[in-house]
Amino acid sequence: MTPVLMIFGLLGVVVIVTALGMLLSRNAIYSALFLVLNFATVAVLYIILGAPFISLVQITVYAGSIMVMFLFVIMLLGAERLPGSDRLRRQRWIASILGLVFVAQLILFISLRGQLTAPIGTLPAALGSPQSVGTALFTKYALPFEVTGAILVVATVGAILLTRGAAVTRPPTRKEEEK
Amino acid sequence: MMPLMYYVGLSAIMFVLGIIGVLVRRNALVVFMSLELMFNAANLLFVAFSAYFQIITGQIFVFFVMTVAAAEVAVGLALMVEIFRTKHSIDLDQMSEMKG
Repeated sequence: MTPVLMIFGLLGVVVIVTALGMLLSRNAIYSALFLVLNFATVAVLYIILGAPFISLVQITVYAGSIMVMFLFVIMLLGAERLPGSDRLRRQRWIASILGLVFVAQLILFISLRGQLTAPIGTLPAALGSPQSVGTALFTKYALPFEVTGAILVVATVGAILLTRGAAVTRPPTRKEEEK
Repeated sequence: MMPLMYYVGLSAIMFVLGIIGVLVRRNALVVFMSLELMFNAANLLFVAFSAYFQIITGQIFVFFVMTVAAAEVAVGLALMVEIFRTKHSIDLDQMSEMKG
């Protein structure tokens, strides 16, 4: 039992427990906070995997901005408590069974392809550094990067349009005032 | 270092929990959070394989997934706010007006 394995086990337990907590908690705010802890733990896993840049992006974008947006909307709508209902009991069983089938498929796949049991080698320090990620982003992947910027702009405009509510009342122009 | 399989297993467990959340929960916001959990599982797999093969493409892809997820969440939450305004509920069972 190496120390790395123990750390991985601890982090894995935290990831699974927080995911379960998100699923099972009745209050949506608790779900969001569990998910923040989940994202932070996965960020630590990214550091272990030699990706410090992605790890910090995970903290700032996911655990930071996206979850703050979730919490903001939950508190804005006052939607933290919804009454439980039994109408979905059958669907719950079907979902659990299908999930188990998916896990069984994965175990079968992993056991049939022994290639995946190989350990991850020692990582060069430059692999996931901000410098190498930035170089790849701005040279080889420059076009996708620009497209991502366009997607973000469109999403911002769309969000503003959707939440604008009632039609904007335009102030009357001078001609209309004269009438 | 750790075998790659452990990361694949952890990612699979996260993904399954996300699927179960999408199928079982009725609060639309929690369904959204389960989607984020599934994105996260896929991202973990990308980074693990990026470390395994020691190429950076996986991490670049994770970066793109994160930005597109941010855009998706912005539009999705705006939709939630709008639906809540008209129906005063974000219960998924009540969004059935397009049923034939």
